[in-house]
Amino acid sequence: MEDFETPKFREYPAVPLIKQDEMAAGGPFVSRAEFDTDLGYPGELPEDWKEKTLDKMGDLLGRYRSLQVFMDSCIKCGACTDKCHYFIGTNDPKNMPVARQDLMRKVYRRYFTFAGKYFPKLVGAVDLTEDVLDEWYNYYHQCSECRRCSVFCPMGIDTAEVTMAAREILAHVGKAQKYSNQIIQKVYKIGNNLGLPGKALKGILEDLEEEMEDECGVPVKFNMDEVGCEALLMTPSADFFAEPHIDGLIGYGKVLHELGITWTVSSKASEAANFGLFIGSYDNIQKISMRIREAAIELKVKRIIFGECGHAWRVAYSFLNTLAGPFDFLDQNYPIPQHILEVTYGALQDGKLRMNKEENDHLTMTFHDSCNVARASRMGDKSGGQFDIPRAVIQAACNNYVDMDSDTIKDATFCCGGGGGLLTDDLMELRVRGALPRMEALKQVTEESGVTNIAAICAICKSQFTKTLPYYGFEMDAIMSVHQLVSEALVMTGSEQEKDLDGTEEDDKTESED
Amino acid sequence: MSAFYALLFTVAFLVLIIGLTKKIIQYSRVPAPLKIPLTPAPLTKGGVAIRLAKEAILFAALFRSNKWTWLFGWLFHMSLFVLLLNHLRFFIKDVPLPLVLLQNVGEYAAFTMFIGLAGLLIRRIFVARVKYISSPSDYLWLILLMVIGLTGIVMRFISHTDIIAVKEFSLGLLIFDWQALPTDFPLMLHLFLVAILMILLPFSKLLHIPGLFFAPTRNQVDNPREERHIAPWAAELDAEKNKVQPK
Repeated sequence: MEDFETPKFREYPAVPLIKQDEMAAGGPFVSRAEFDTDLGYPGELPEDWKEKTLDKMGDLLGRYRSLQVFMDSCIKCGACTDKCHYFIGTNDPKNMPVARQDLMRKVYRRYFTFAGKYFPKLVGAVDLTEDVLDEWYNYYHQCSECRRCSVFCPMGIDTAEVTMAAREILAHVGKAQKYSNQIIQKVYKIGNNLGLPGKALKGILEDLEEEMEDECGVPVKFNMDEVGCEALLMTPSADFFAEPHIDGLIGYGKVLHELGITWTVSSKASEAANFGLFIGSYDNIQKISMRIREAAIELKVKRIIFGECGHAWRVAYSFLNTLAGPFDFLDQNYPIPQHILEVTYGALQDGKLRMNKEENDHLTMTFHDSCNVARASRMGDKSGGQFDIPRAVIQAACNNYVDMDSDTIKDATFCCGGGGGLLTDDLMELRVRGALPRMEALKQVTEESGVTNIAAICAICKSQFTKTLPYYGFEMDAIMSVHQLVSEALVMTGSEQEKDLDGTEEDDKTESED
Repeated sequence: MSAFYALLFTVAFLVLIIGLTKKIIQYSRVPAPLKIPLTPAPLTKGGVAIRLAKEAILFAALFRSNKWTWLFGWLFHMSLFVLLLNHLRFFIKDVPLPLVLLQNVGEYAAFTMFIGLAGLLIRRIFVARVKYISSPSDYLWLILLMVIGLTGIVMRFISHTDIIAVKEFSLGLLIFDWQALPTDFPLMLHLFLVAILMILLPFSKLLHIPGLFFAPTRNQVDNPREERHIAPWAAELDAEKNKVQPK
């Protein structure tokens, strides 16, 4: 169907060979001026683009210690060269993290360092030309900002920081990416990435309520813009209709209902995702974050709970308090913000949720750690909780669980291949090829341990896998939401499932009185 | 010749100290907006100190990444460290006992340093991925350090130099009392290259020495839900007037 080949599974372990210019062509669609200007960018290449580029670069070097230090401290040791999923999947040497950083570092050296000004050849410095900008555009949109390379870097250099800076610079000279900017514009104008208006959202949520009532016999509420609920639920808008995302949303609804936590979504802030992160724009990350503060105040909630979304959780966990805080008007007894998995895990620990794991006995699960959760956030009060809590919740919902190869999980997890603003059809080849290492690890556990399904806690991962799994010979619905498993196993008080398990209603009453 | 070397080392020392200080001041002044520690990250400052120490002393991340690069890189750096300690004797009149004892093991560090550097150079030439990312300067640094090591080995084990005179020269440097320096070739070359290294350090990738400690990915505490983290330039965006407040 497409004009590219799905990569073949490699024999373990394989060191990728270099194929020059394998991914040299193109890059994603460039943004249209109308999307850019709304976000504060010029929308076209200005005449003085060279000065503007260098000015912006100088500006960012003075604003971000990460960028300044990372431009200087790379020793070209090569530790990162085989760690990027896009390099593994494409073999294009410019997808090696150090080479990707070098696209900018060469220009940095030429214009901002003594050595590069006077001895450019010696230190590999280059002049800034339009070709260089085009190369930046192409290769800085082949990075999903997943941070895997930095885990292995002896200097802690984070290519994501460089990619974000490059995209911010490019946007300032009219070379922004269409996908991300169009989505941010939709968030500002309509409230979510998908452009789903409040009315449509309300309809979906009402349907869900009916469905729950029919299925479980319990009035699980899916409120929108309801003032005075205990919690505001911030969840990626894909949770409102995409599969398997929506099954996760149903899971959150059931858990919160069972715990007696009233909650609502906000039509104004009906999106947890924050693509400001992907384009590296502090201003836009902040502006998008501020909607959450406003919604929380308007709806008079006491808590903010986030649904399953990787980069949204990074922005929420790591930045929200800084960008939109202080949240002194919320209940300080709960983490601000809190992840839905923290809620579910805590309730499981306290024995507040009754789980019938047999419901998931037909599944053998594995778990894909989403990059932004794994390497840029935390859950719970212990370091590494972001690995343990999702696994504990899955295992509370399902009897059969197997981890993938240890080099491909936890903080060494591979990106799904669609993160960082690359989940767009015009990058399908990159997405399929970048999924290779994750698909290999999945293949291994399906063959060795009979794994049937893979769970994730990120809307992007879920969408990306739905698209890419079939390329590698898996079923598209092998990808599941973690709260989908919870939803299947959870036995709500007074539900049909409870009656089925415990017999008649009368029996049930006497039991619960004991 | 002695005067030239005395002057060279005075200049090299000044360039090294001033250049490095300027860079360190720059790194500390540029704000680190937003919390970006690579997680799992330590929850306390003490934890961060341990994390950085593991990177600086054991090269923990490199060990996870590539065992050969780690082996050669660590061997080189640790040997260099021992050799630097050994060379302190040239700047201390009465050498303290620990340094005297170190001398017995320390003199072999030049060999392990050379092995480490040779390993790194071979990797740089023969591993296609590493070759691809190498600039001429990347090879030259390795060669420079190897020649410094080799000339050291020659002086120590083959053609001895008058180290008493060298020590008088180096002690003199400290108080601007320039003494005569022996003029044998290995020493001249050894010292010349060391001076070059000192002068170039603040303008090169050798800035990874301070850079390691300034990487926000490794030096930040994981506490963003507990503490806000506003960069000075972001304060305007954060101003009260820009924010909805509860009524």
